[in-house]
Amino acid sequence: MAGIEIRNLRKQFGDLHAVDGVDLSIRDGEFLVLLGSSGSGKTTLLRMIAGLERPTAGEISIGGERVDGDVPPRARGIAMVFQSYALYPHRTVFQNIAFPLEASRTPRQRIEEKVRWAANMFGITRYLDRYPRQLSGGERQRVALCRALVRDPKVFLLDEPLANLDAKLRNTARDDLKRFQRQIQTTTVYVTHDQVEAMGLGDRIVVMEHGKVRQVGTPQEVYEDPVDTFVATFVGQPPMNLLPLRDPSLPPGTLVGFRPEHLLPRSVFAAGEDLVTFRFAVRRVEYLGSDRYVYGAVMESAAPDATIIAKLPGTIPLTIPEGETHEFAVPRRLLRYFDADTGLRRRP
Amino acid sequence: MTSRRTLADREDVLGSVMLAPALGYVILLVGVPFVLAIALSFSNATAGSLSFQWAGLGNYVAILGDSIFLRALRNSVVVTVGTQVLVIILATAAAQVFRATFRGKRVARFVLLLPWAVPVSLAAIAWTWIFDSTFSVINWTLKAAGLMHGWLYWLGDPALALLAIIIVQAWRIFPFATVIVLAGLASIPQEIMEAAIVDGAGFWRRLLQIELPLLLPVVAVAVLFGVVYTATDLGVVYILTGGGPANTTHVLPTLAFQRGILGADLGQGAAIAVFLLPFLIVVAIAMLRIARRAEVGGAGGTGGAR
Repeated sequence: MAGIEIRNLRKQFGDLHAVDGVDLSIRDGEFLVLLGSSGSGKTTLLRMIAGLERPTAGEISIGGERVDGDVPPRARGIAMVFQSYALYPHRTVFQNIAFPLEASRTPRQRIEEKVRWAANMFGITRYLDRYPRQLSGGERQRVALCRALVRDPKVFLLDEPLANLDAKLRNTARDDLKRFQRQIQTTTVYVTHDQVEAMGLGDRIVVMEHGKVRQVGTPQEVYEDPVDTFVATFVGQPPMNLLPLRDPSLPPGTLVGFRPEHLLPRSVFAAGEDLVTFRFAVRRVEYLGSDRYVYGAVMESAAPDATIIAKLPGTIPLTIPEGETHEFAVPRRLLRYFDADTGLRRRP
Repeated sequence: MTSRRTLADREDVLGSVMLAPALGYVILLVGVPFVLAIALSFSNATAGSLSFQWAGLGNYVAILGDSIFLRALRNSVVVTVGTQVLVIILATAAAQVFRATFRGKRVARFVLLLPWAVPVSLAAIAWTWIFDSTFSVINWTLKAAGLMHGWLYWLGDPALALLAIIIVQAWRIFPFATVIVLAGLASIPQEIMEAAIVDGAGFWRRLLQIELPLLLPVVAVAVLFGVVYTATDLGVVYILTGGGPANTTHVLPTLAFQRGILGADLGQGAAIAVFLLPFLIVVAIAMLRIARRAEVGGAGGTGGAR
């Protein structure tokens, strides 16, 4: 059990600042998700915690011990699951899971016990004699988790472990993973580019871009209170609408943001609610079963060509004809304001 | 635009046409001599005469009772196996060195590949000087370093001469094997090696339990090529020892050459050469099986759902 402290961590590859001054405090037992697109530095950050990459500058402590110097991965008390699972193809499932124990010279009897215990935990006992190639993607992923588990690590490092699973399996695997982490209560750092995974798994989410941390917060904080336009548009699908409103009461250069699901026909709101009303020129309506996406333009916007999306739940049965202008509204308390130049959040 | 079908449209015909030169080449230059060799081994044909008389198994009976032949057969096995063992050890070690990045790597790699590019005869002549009974640089170095008293007659002592042959053969093949092993190392996914590091495996454990098993199919290919190169080579032994002293270092190709061409007994020469065949076939089949099994085992270790 251990928290991780990261101070002003940097990693340069030639001219590229892969990780550019990250400060992060990961709590003991926390499930922390590093979220970012490819090239955001999230994997490099994870690999530096693992000891696979040497920081250019900065400090990393795991459980209060500095590890950024020459402390090799095996002395850091970490276990890692790779995106490809990195199972040893010439070893059986049993031998794969036993490998870290053999490396630490665990007595044979103890290895046998621990492998069975871990395999039992993930329900793969009957595959112990098989080779990785004889397993499905989901089974391989569980073998990889077992191999990480038997080491009794202080910290779990997971690098997109669900990315290679098909969509259906990913949901169950996500659930399994979360329950497993709750059960063993080991500090976990999880890298993903998938915001649904990040929201569903993380106690807290770290949103990264260009090697820098943009925001750290609970899924709710990151979604509802993004600190800048990057986080606002990166988290959420479809992304937050941002528009320069022609409103003299706002300071110049202000962007107004609101989530698509908050932009609804005016008629569905109760009377007396504090609303901001827009004339919404509907271009196209997309029927998606549980939702409808309504694409159009807001006439009050200073950039009336920009596409604005409204997400109507299936519970609103109103017909919205394409090519006409409707009155849509957003509750004022759900509006978020940003500085158009810096992208940073502004208080209204 | 012409609507007529041209030769290029007819894949059946085109295929045969394009395969024909290669096929003709193999039949004329490999197939015919091969069949001829087997036929000659059952005859008492001699060089310089056009007569061809059936001799049945006579040639085989004769050579199997010949101690020089049996010795050559044994030498062939010893040299071939010994060379491969030496080559695999050297190539694996060299591949580890060349995987690292260091100053002058390009130059070093060029130097490494040189022995492979040098013509066999030239190299063998250079080595005769290295092993020379009077001027041997090896002896001179060992003496100067104070590691040896007395004198080694490299090419004069049967055991040492075989060792010398093995050294030269290994020197010749090992660059090629190194390149193959390097390619094999590059094909091991980076994440597997990193997983082993994170799992706490040190250098030797990674080498012996992860890298070498995963390299097996590639090493098998290198060994297969090596066996064929060494077992069929005439030049090194012929120039280095000429089969001497006293016919103790002959291998099958040199003995076949001596008996068949120099001794003009084509029948017996052919019979000796034919003995290479089962030897090479067994090795080839064994190696290809290992390669295939390991390949199946290696595939699908990474990657996603099936």
